[in-house]
Amino acid sequence: MFISLDGKQVHGATGAVSFEGRSDPIVVLIHGAGMDRTVWSQQTRFLAHHGFRALAVDLPDHGKSEGPVLESVPALSDWIAEISDHFGEKIHLVGHSMGALTALHAAGHHKDSVSSVSLLGVGASMPVHPELQEAADANDVKAAQLITSWGHGTKHHLGNNPTPGLSMTGGTQALIESATRGVLSVDLAACSSYEEAVVAAENIECRTLFLLGSEDKMTPRKSAQPLIDAVSAEKEVVDFSSTGHMVMIEEPDLVRQKLLAHMASS
Amino acid sequence: MVEPEFRRFDTRALHAGQYPDPATGSRAVPIHQTTSYVFDSVDQAAGLYNLETSGHIYSRISNPTVAVLEERLASLESGVGAVCTASGMAALHLAVATLLNTGDHIVASRNIYGGAFILMNHTLPRFGITTTFVDPRDPEEFAKAIKPETRLVFAETLGNPGIEVLDIDAVSDVAHAAGLPLCVDSTFSTPYLINPIEHGADIIMHSVTKFLGGHGVAIGGAIVDGGRFDWEASGKFPTLTEPYEGYHNITFTEEFGPAALSMRARAEGLKDFGACMSPANAFYLLQGVETLPLRMARHVENTKHVVELLDGHDAVEWIKHPSHPSHPDHDLAKRLYPKGSGAILSFGVKGGRQAGRKFIESVKLASHLANVGDAKTLVIHPGSTTHQQMSVEDLETAGISEDLVRVSVGLEDAEDICGDLDKALKASQR
Ligand SMILES: Cc1ncc(COP(=O)(O)O)c(C=O)c1O
Repeated sequence: MFISLDGKQVHGATGAVSFEGRSDPIVVLIHGAGMDRTVWSQQTRFLAHHGFRALAVDLPDHGKSEGPVLESVPALSDWIAEISDHFGEKIHLVGHSMGALTALHAAGHHKDSVSSVSLLGVGASMPVHPELQEAADANDVKAAQLITSWGHGTKHHLGNNPTPGLSMTGGTQALIESATRGVLSVDLAACSSYEEAVVAAENIECRTLFLLGSEDKMTPRKSAQPLIDAVSAEKEVVDFSSTGHMVMIEEPDLVRQKLLAHMASS
Repeated sequence: MVEPEFRRFDTRALHAGQYPDPATGSRAVPIHQTTSYVFDSVDQAAGLYNLETSGHIYSRISNPTVAVLEERLASLESGVGAVCTASGMAALHLAVATLLNTGDHIVASRNIYGGAFILMNHTLPRFGITTTFVDPRDPEEFAKAIKPETRLVFAETLGNPGIEVLDIDAVSDVAHAAGLPLCVDSTFSTPYLINPIEHGADIIMHSVTKFLGGHGVAIGGAIVDGGRFDWEASGKFPTLTEPYEGYHNITFTEEFGPAALSMRARAEGLKDFGACMSPANAFYLLQGVETLPLRMARHVENTKHVVELLDGHDAVEWIKHPSHPSHPDHDLAKRLYPKGSGAILSFGVKGGRQAGRKFIESVKLASHLANVGDAKTLVIHPGSTTHQQMSVEDLETAGISEDLVRVSVGLEDAEDICGDLDKALKASQR
């Protein structure tokens, strides 16, 4: 589906279920740095068939959305709030990594737009390894390899994907390689320069869900603790053992169930 | 300097796609000899059918044992996914049927497996799909043969039976410039000798029957999806970029991104044409894949000895293997195949057809049969077997002369292989 925000074409996957004539609550799923809507392929169709209008968005200049790329987490969160304005209602937010910071910031600063927030692969700060940033700046394929390598738990490096025949690491790497040149570099810089995570978490008033991988090397589990501690609203923390940063791909089934239960009670 | 940490090739050949079964602790991949899988609930069943969730429904579409092999091949080829099929021919058909419609066109190397040639030259035209065959050594010929209705460029990494070495980088550039994917049959090279995706290939096809399985015990095939081709930018592949009514209006690129081809091939081609791999065959083939690196190294090593024997042998007219300086692709092979350019070679026996026949009848250790890539050394005379349905004209274009003998070098002691071939060669001259 395409919608128009500020005269720009914004694209999102809806699980092939049209929004037309439906009044179900809207959930917007926000991908991470250098990725696109398809990281949520294991959740979008499911949510679309379980009582939600699901919109896995392509952030500006990602996937099929028009550019330019937005350069900071607050700018991304303002953009997300515009989606809520576009539909004229509050939305549930689900975010991964950079998308989790975006969702977090939106929940803290656009309270009237957000009904609940779910954060996957999130940390109070997201420093980016200088060599990863360098590789991304140079549009070097090594950046995709590093994220893929660090992004999956040891066990999932070997796979055993619940989706028959697909390789988790292969999919992640091909997806990041497909990003528009230069976009990953901007995204990573947006992550590392964002310093308002704890303040945003303190501001949150909606129900908050954390889905965290014990082997997350991009945003180590312990880096999420200051955020968890800062949220005074109703919250739930789910820890996934043997799981890395790509929680929704590594543990698709549990993530689906947890999201559904969380949003249903929000 | 930081480096990505992935399990290395030899480790993935043993482990990718599987960890010990949590229910039983089975270390080996269990054979899930079942047609179907019990649903937890009506809702879960509906979700599976609707591709909302993933899992197994019915073994024509997916099976846990087959899935291990699929994921392992995807991992070894650095692809996003793989779909295993009943045979290599079924894999080729699946790739074509997933991407092409009636009225579409293929540009293919003319030096390919005889079965693949017949499929494209005689069978697919019945379904409205035509093929132009070109010299795999000339990327320009691929470019010239591309028409507005072309949808696929196809070649073997190492051709059949002249072992023409495909310049994958050059031919993929030609394909991509025309908005087309390159599909390579990497049966002779296996992921151990080359990673075609790194060189620009988009789809890799295997007869798993051959070196991947390695023991001549089971027929199987696979397509591996590289996940790098931009189907939407190309705009020529409605099966992937437009809603599919047969599956609740899913648009495969929209929902599955890089894995669009793998998902469509399974959801449509495997499901509707039904040429699936059996779990038992997947198990046999997996045993082979586990030792692929060890075996291929030995296959290649033994091939060196055979090439040395044939080189300058009194009964040998000519020899075709990329490792031999007389091979037109000798330099290209050195660049693309540092570990060796496979274990299949051909040569001409002095004395033509009659001598060739005598040679075949005189080997004692090598087996005369219609296969390659077995652990055992195999010999064949294509003119009278694999390619016998082809006219003399077609044979010629495929580079097959009447004196041609093809050898698939096995894993026996190299001295025994060479001794056997040497004796048979001598006998052929009497
Ligand atoms: C290069 C090549 N491709 C494809 C095939 C077909 O594979 P299968 O016999 O598994 O159908 C073969 C062998 O028969 C082959 O040698």
